[in-house]
Amino acid sequence: MVIATLSFYLFAFTAVASAIFVVLSRNPVHSVLWLILTFFSAAALFVLLGAEFIAMLMLIVYVGAVAVLFLFVVMMLDVDFTELRGSVAGYLPLGLAIGLILLMELGIVFGNWVFAENAPALRSAVAPALEEVENTVALGQLIYTDYVFLFQIAGLILFVAMIGAIVLTMRHRPNVKRQSIVEQIYRDPKDSYEMKDVKPGQGI
Amino acid sequence: MIGLEHYLTVAAALFVIGIFGIFLNRKNIIVILMSVELMLLAVNINFVAFASHLGDMVGQVFTLFILTVAAAEAAIGLAILVVFFRNRGAIDVEDVNAMKG
Repeated sequence: MVIATLSFYLFAFTAVASAIFVVLSRNPVHSVLWLILTFFSAAALFVLLGAEFIAMLMLIVYVGAVAVLFLFVVMMLDVDFTELRGSVAGYLPLGLAIGLILLMELGIVFGNWVFAENAPALRSAVAPALEEVENTVALGQLIYTDYVFLFQIAGLILFVAMIGAIVLTMRHRPNVKRQSIVEQIYRDPKDSYEMKDVKPGQGI
Repeated sequence: MIGLEHYLTVAAALFVIGIFGIFLNRKNIIVILMSVELMLLAVNINFVAFASHLGDMVGQVFTLFILTVAAAEAAIGLAILVVFFRNRGAIDVEDVNAMKG
């Protein structure tokens, strides 16, 4: 299993390094591109863990939707980003201090934790062996039975988010002509044209 | 097979980098949103690592829901950002209290 170990270290290192570049990079467009690399590496880690469906979902949702959304917004807004970087040096010590404290706390937890004795007995959905049932099938059998209501609520959240984003960003500019379907439907033939009796050689 | 601790270390590193990014880019809200995405990614890695280690599928189901909420959050956050930029002509987060509650 040398290949698995090697690829784990490769993808883990790539994920952490590109995450650092997301945070440190001067240009937000570069940040988004590093973020995409982070998501790709994380998806590879998920594949190594045997969660293929989550890995592919990660690529589709994060790289395909979220990162592209970020890219759109970064390129659409005409912002002077160099100005925003001005005070980075001032925040650097505080950020480093809080990061180190958090890392230390996580390290303390890391050194002491053990699984509860009855942890394997408390599993609510034991994963079937990968050779028997594929990961996607197993996940589907769980989502569409035990978690069907939560799944639908997740869909509802996405629906509300979609409507919210549209409502927030839609605007009507005064001098732009738009198609009004209702006006078109209620238009009456009587008001829109009239017949004239034109005499030959005279015109109207 | 890589141990659980290795994955937890990667997730912890990503989480701390996310927090660090929020403090480092106090003014640039786009990078702050990206840092939040990084932190959610770290949480997802934790969930999947534990799910794989214990052989429990519920961790992966939970990851699915975190993914949903993260996508919705990014969409709404960026929409608010666009509206804010349209109104103020800048995305300086220190002006955000202009709405006064």
